[in-house]
Amino acid sequence: MSDTVYRTYMTDELGPLPFCPGCGHERLLKELNRALIQLQPDPSSVVIVSDIGCIGLADRYFITNAFHGLHGRSLTYATGLKLARPELTVIVLMGDGGCGIGGTHLLNAARRNVDITLIIANNFNYGMTGGQHSVTTPSEGVTSTTPSGNIETAMDLCAITIGAGAGWAYRGLGYDNDLAERMVEAINHAGFAMLDIWELCTAYYMPRNDLNKRALYEMIESSGMKVGLLASSDRPSFEVAYRGRAPTGSAPKELISIDPDLPHSLNSQTGIVIAGSAGQKIRSTATVFALAAILSGLKATQKDDYPITIMTGHSLAEINLSPNAIQYTAIESPDYFLVISEDGLKKTTPWIRGLPATCQLIVDSELSIPATQANVQKLPFASAAREIGRLSIGIIALASLLAKTGVFSIEALQQAISKYQSGQVAATNIQAVTKGEQLYQAG
Amino acid sequence: MGLEFIDGNQAIVRGAIAAGCCFFAGYPITPASTILQYMLDQLPRSGGVALQAEDEIAAIGFCIGASMAGRKAMTATSGPGISLYSENIGLATIGETPLVIVDVQRQGPATGSATKGAEGDIQFSRWVTSGGLPVIALSPATVAEAYELTYRAFNFAEQFRVPVFLLSSKEISLTRETVDLDEVNLPGVLERPRMEEGEIYQPHAFDRPEQIPALSDFGAAQVTRYTTSTHDKSGYLTTDPAVIQEMIDHYAAKIETAVDEICLYSEDLQTGADQLLLSYGVTSRAASVAVDHMRSAGKKVSSLVLQTLYPVPEQVIRGALAGISKVVVPEMNMGQYRLEIDRLAPDGVEVVGVNKMDTTLISPTEILNQGDLL
Ligand SMILES: Cc1ncc(C[n+]2csc(CCOP(=O)(O)OP(=O)(O)O)c2C)c(N)n1
Ligand code: SF4
Ligand SMILES: [Mg+2]
Repeated sequence: MSDTVYRTYMTDELGPLPFCPGCGHERLLKELNRALIQLQPDPSSVVIVSDIGCIGLADRYFITNAFHGLHGRSLTYATGLKLARPELTVIVLMGDGGCGIGGTHLLNAARRNVDITLIIANNFNYGMTGGQHSVTTPSEGVTSTTPSGNIETAMDLCAITIGAGAGWAYRGLGYDNDLAERMVEAINHAGFAMLDIWELCTAYYMPRNDLNKRALYEMIESSGMKVGLLASSDRPSFEVAYRGRAPTGSAPKELISIDPDLPHSLNSQTGIVIAGSAGQKIRSTATVFALAAILSGLKATQKDDYPITIMTGHSLAEINLSPNAIQYTAIESPDYFLVISEDGLKKTTPWIRGLPATCQLIVDSELSIPATQANVQKLPFASAAREIGRLSIGIIALASLLAKTGVFSIEALQQAISKYQSGQVAATNIQAVTKGEQLYQAG
Repeated sequence: MGLEFIDGNQAIVRGAIAAGCCFFAGYPITPASTILQYMLDQLPRSGGVALQAEDEIAAIGFCIGASMAGRKAMTATSGPGISLYSENIGLATIGETPLVIVDVQRQGPATGSATKGAEGDIQFSRWVTSGGLPVIALSPATVAEAYELTYRAFNFAEQFRVPVFLLSSKEISLTRETVDLDEVNLPGVLERPRMEEGEIYQPHAFDRPEQIPALSDFGAAQVTRYTTSTHDKSGYLTTDPAVIQEMIDHYAAKIETAVDEICLYSEDLQTGADQLLLSYGVTSRAASVAVDHMRSAGKKVSSLVLQTLYPVPEQVIRGALAGISKVVVPEMNMGQYRLEIDRLAPDGVEVVGVNKMDTTLISPTEILNQGDLL
């Protein structure tokens, strides 16, 4: 900590503030300066994040760090800054315009509760772009885009942020004598804190609506919106809670084996398609099968296809195995094609019609397949799966395939299941391997 | 370390962490969601932060804030999310923010097909934001390259203070492959140039236009400034046309003068070949099968596979085109990168596209037939 005493956090190096005479933003910034003088932070430990709009011109008049980002998004940069460096004091200056375009960030910053102080310079219109209406323009308010009076309703910024979970919320006027003190409290609050400060845009909203200081007081009274400190709770901030919950220790890796040592019989790339239904564990079955192939010294790729609603419809896996590096990951001409459900059949019917005579097509006995050149074998996968477990149908089918072809050993599949699957799933699948072997021998 | 059977998204997360990534924010979208999932699990273990944002605009906003506070940051999405990133990518460009943006491409336009692959965001990545300044975009073809290029994307982002795209696709990100990541050759980890403590800080200082200004993190000893507005070297708004042009030239020069360093590719040129297959991304894998096929049929053919799409490796492409009478460019879009080849190919060179956007991979046979290569 330095011993420097800061008599001001503002600088006039860039000349006077750039606002129209009487603009409420000027008073607001001077109150923020008073609050900082009271708090005496090191300027390098404070970031003023300013939104777009006239209020967004403010940051450069402070000697603190300044971050001037996109319209409505200031709370997002503030969140990133604070999470990256929790020791920073992060203050956001945003207009009522920013609260509209960035409404979701306002709600979510309140809900998330990162320790940020939001000061809203609410002048009921877009000053910078010529006095258009905003989400806080009162009903009947005249603006350049509501020339005959606003027919929309003004948003109660405190009510919505409190509704979204804001731990600290305050509403007041730019003229309030205790504004700097309220800002100090907000900055000291360890969590999201917001101040909705009503003030005058002397260029647009004030003249169009016959507003002055007194009328502003009347406006806030007749608005039905509450003033003063409206929420104050001590829910732990996101960044504090995060550290309590996040996983620790080193990240798990999916290492397979340093020395694959089981045999295989492949000389060239071999493509296997397995077509089933969502909910049949096709993807994890294909993965454990590929892992077994890798344990046998092969390279593998697995490319899946399924609809976005993963619990319904088809599920398809294309597995390539090769003693060499695999390039193309889809399968132009499958060597083996397993169909184990109606959904899988439906999805692959056009493909099955065009399969060449070199392809071994192994289909569940209960399915009727279209005419094809492929070498067809039917095996009762589904009825076998009903005996030992519905979800093991894929393993049963792939074990039959191994028994039939000897691409790699049954033992490799058993090892992969015991190594990479656990509990009941592994136990059932080990049984399924034997079942698949038997099916092929019986068939 | 040994063999693994992982998908591209896992590899991207590993590459990011190996490069020093310690901040991630994303919004769920297939096929990028598992990056968020893996990051939530893995980043906090080394003291980093990963979180889900309320939308993509917030996700990239968090990342820009975190990056300017000195953390290496990454976000990941798919086409629909890139649209929402657009304005903030401009901010990262004008603010000279190191940032890695992963685009796991899926079939578009709009919502398109969530679970289907495509390579439809190629020119989109180049022209993603207002102003049209140069970007860096890398395109992996395999799971191992997804690891390597994510790592390199961080290095480029730091080295040049720019947002860098990693253009993955469903077909790499959600496809599993046998990999040994220890066998991937990686350069050393690079850090952004940082200013010495105690100096008066200018966030965009340079003497020569291509020079990379030293950064001072928000939270470091000296006060710093960041702005979305047209600014001078001190980060103060300016309307002086000379200063504005000087800054624009600087943003462009950073990348344009470093093309040789940024351009990653692999070429397999055959003497006497008059046909060239030029490819990138997952489609380059079908191209390589097509090349093997042609050569075993006794045809001569050269192959150029680009990992860096932007800046366009013009020298490399011109070199590969020497002596070529026909270049075939297969793409899972309607011919986006072919536009670059069209403008680089000398008169008389036939530029042929093999294109489709039906969500399926372009096959080696399609390349051979539609490219009329046999
Ligand atoms: C994405 C985007 N849309 C529109 C604008 C144009 N714009 C600049 S300032 C502003 C309104 C600002 O109003 P407010 O936040 O109330 O600030 P004030 O000027 O009243 O202080 C708008 C719409 C912009 N900069 N960015
Ligand atoms: S236009 Fe309105 S908000 Fe902007 S400076 Fe003038 S008075 Fe203030
Ligand atoms: Mg306003």
